[in-house]
Amino acid sequence: MNIQIVARILVKALMALPAPDFNLCMFLIPEKLQMEEPFLTLITLAHFLETARFRDFWDEAERNRQILEVVPGFEQAIQRFALHVLSLSYQRLPRLVLAEAINMEGLSLDKFLEHQVVNNGWSVEKAPGGGQIIGLPANEHNYPELKKNIADSIPLEHVSKLFPVLT
Amino acid sequence: MAYESSSYGGGYDDSYEERPELRYGRDAEQQEPDYDTNFVPDAVQSFVVYLYRYIREKNVYEILQMYELNFQKLSERMFKQSPWPAAEAIAPYVDNDHVFCLLYRELWFRHVYARLTPTITQRMDSWDNYCSLFQIILHGNVNMQLPNQWLWDMIDEFIYQFQSFCQYRAKLKTKTEQELALLREYADVWNVYGVLNYLQALIEKSNIIQILEDDKDGGTNFTAQNGYDFQGGGSNVLKVLGYFSIVGLLRVHCLLGDYYCGLKCLLPIDIHQPGVYSNVVGCQITTVYYYVFANLMLRRYVEAIKACNQILLIIHKTKQDHQASSQFQQILKKNEQLYALLAICLSLCPQGKLVDETVNSQLREKQGEKMLRMQRNDEAVFDELFSFACPKFITPSPPNYDELVNYNQDAYRLQLKLFLSEVRQQQLLSSIRSYLKLYSAIPISKLASFMDVDEPTLRMALLTYKHKTHVLDYEGRIMSNADVDFYIDKDVVQIVDSKVTKRHGDYFIRHILKFEELIGVLESVQL
Repeated sequence: MNIQIVARILVKALMALPAPDFNLCMFLIPEKLQMEEPFLTLITLAHFLETARFRDFWDEAERNRQILEVVPGFEQAIQRFALHVLSLSYQRLPRLVLAEAINMEGLSLDKFLEHQVVNNGWSVEKAPGGGQIIGLPANEHNYPELKKNIADSIPLEHVSKLFPVLT
Repeated sequence: MAYESSSYGGGYDDSYEERPELRYGRDAEQQEPDYDTNFVPDAVQSFVVYLYRYIREKNVYEILQMYELNFQKLSERMFKQSPWPAAEAIAPYVDNDHVFCLLYRELWFRHVYARLTPTITQRMDSWDNYCSLFQIILHGNVNMQLPNQWLWDMIDEFIYQFQSFCQYRAKLKTKTEQELALLREYADVWNVYGVLNYLQALIEKSNIIQILEDDKDGGTNFTAQNGYDFQGGGSNVLKVLGYFSIVGLLRVHCLLGDYYCGLKCLLPIDIHQPGVYSNVVGCQITTVYYYVFANLMLRRYVEAIKACNQILLIIHKTKQDHQASSQFQQILKKNEQLYALLAICLSLCPQGKLVDETVNSQLREKQGEKMLRMQRNDEAVFDELFSFACPKFITPSPPNYDELVNYNQDAYRLQLKLFLSEVRQQQLLSSIRSYLKLYSAIPISKLASFMDVDEPTLRMALLTYKHKTHVLDYEGRIMSNADVDFYIDKDVVQIVDSKVTKRHGDYFIRHILKFEELIGVLESVQL
């Protein structure tokens, strides 16, 4: 069994979050193998991501660049996942939280924010104690008013039961 | 029967009757002191003659009677601790019919697995028998109509023997040199690829997926006729075996730990509608059980709960009908396992409205105390229930025959470990849930002090909650299965006000239909 290829597949699976691909792959790998490198590192990284410990994740990823570098686009994929979880939860969040989650700071973060404000409807305000508050775009998860209320609609199959009665 | 007869072989050599494992010790309950595999009692003789005749006449009802009742009765009466007479012995009574002998041998092995412990040679011979049987069905032109119950049992038993063989193969500690040599030499007996290939071949050759598609548009009436083929005078065997192989693939993939693949295999069958699978009770329960389990491992708790609810209701309503059946014990066991799975799902993902009243009250009775402990993150209870309810996982690859340790528990331990780590990741979620239910808005700092953690940890826990409760469904959309939802605005957690919306439409529809029925009954009363 080619460990390199399996490791690469697992990295791709990590990038597929929030899909449960990584967990599904784990079910198929024998326990003994999971205790060896590079699987142990990958499992730790997955654990950090699943429990939203982004700071720990980026630190560990930095220490293990050689495993993750083999697959292009890894950083962007994880940043996409981090943004996904944040936009599920926050309407507005402090800049620090965002910076920690996507591992960007300073000028690159400023540029990123500018890009999002222009293209994706983000907003940036000044916080009272210094720093910035970022507003995320509205979706049905962080703005519950937007959730379509399906409770009032009745599916056609139920109404069709009435047709014999009406005729 | 119209078929191409291939040579009578089946993997047996001439020393069939002289095999050492057929020399049993004297059992006081046996009637004949000298057991002779060639001796055919009169009852068995008439059994095979009648069964052969009914199969030739395609008298499905009688075949089912003989298969369900008579076979069991004879086994109970005459073969409690011993195998049935060998296939060669009964062959003269059925015109040496090749296919009948294969079917008889399949029953023979099933009896051995159920009442006795099969030896390694018997396991291998059974594999050869299945190969021959499936080869004939796939490539020959078998013209029979067999009851669906029998065909389902064939697939069920095939997978059960595969599972049993993998477990047996992995217990290396107590093997003799001879057994190890046999295992090493015949590596493709009960090989996982072989098993998967046969199931896949049955599905493809029978074109069952296309048939089910056409069924939905009303093109064929496969489901309407329950798989039987009355018009063409044809055979239902290949098509129905293909159908049951779909369920078979789901089961094998779950045993190997590949849940996503298993669910994908099940896609042609819609378990929310009745179909051919729901007419064989063993099949229905097995299908839904593995569906529920796969969804549980994929974290799709809502799907699992809905399916669990549906099947538990069905079992509850039809339990009495099957009391006489040989499968009653199996049904009861699966019932308990499904309740355990339902308890796990509801503890990880509380849902108020999905569970029916009857099921709910049974659940409280059986698992109420355990559910309370699970909600307090008692890992031992999760362990216990998971171990009780999970299928017997297997490792597909052959073990290292040089290291004489028992490997059979490995697969199960892996699944358990991964499941428990998932439970651990969700540890803080239930306390978050209970606090959020009490408030409509609460600052992060206050909530952190209540839960005795610091703010960054709480932020991470809240994000974890959101991540775990929003899962991807089949089309890739995010669906929330949280009963308590929130959003964070800067530093304050705002809880979403979830009012229970009254569903007036359903209420009216139900009552309109009820009254119509009542009026109909009244009109038919003659004064």
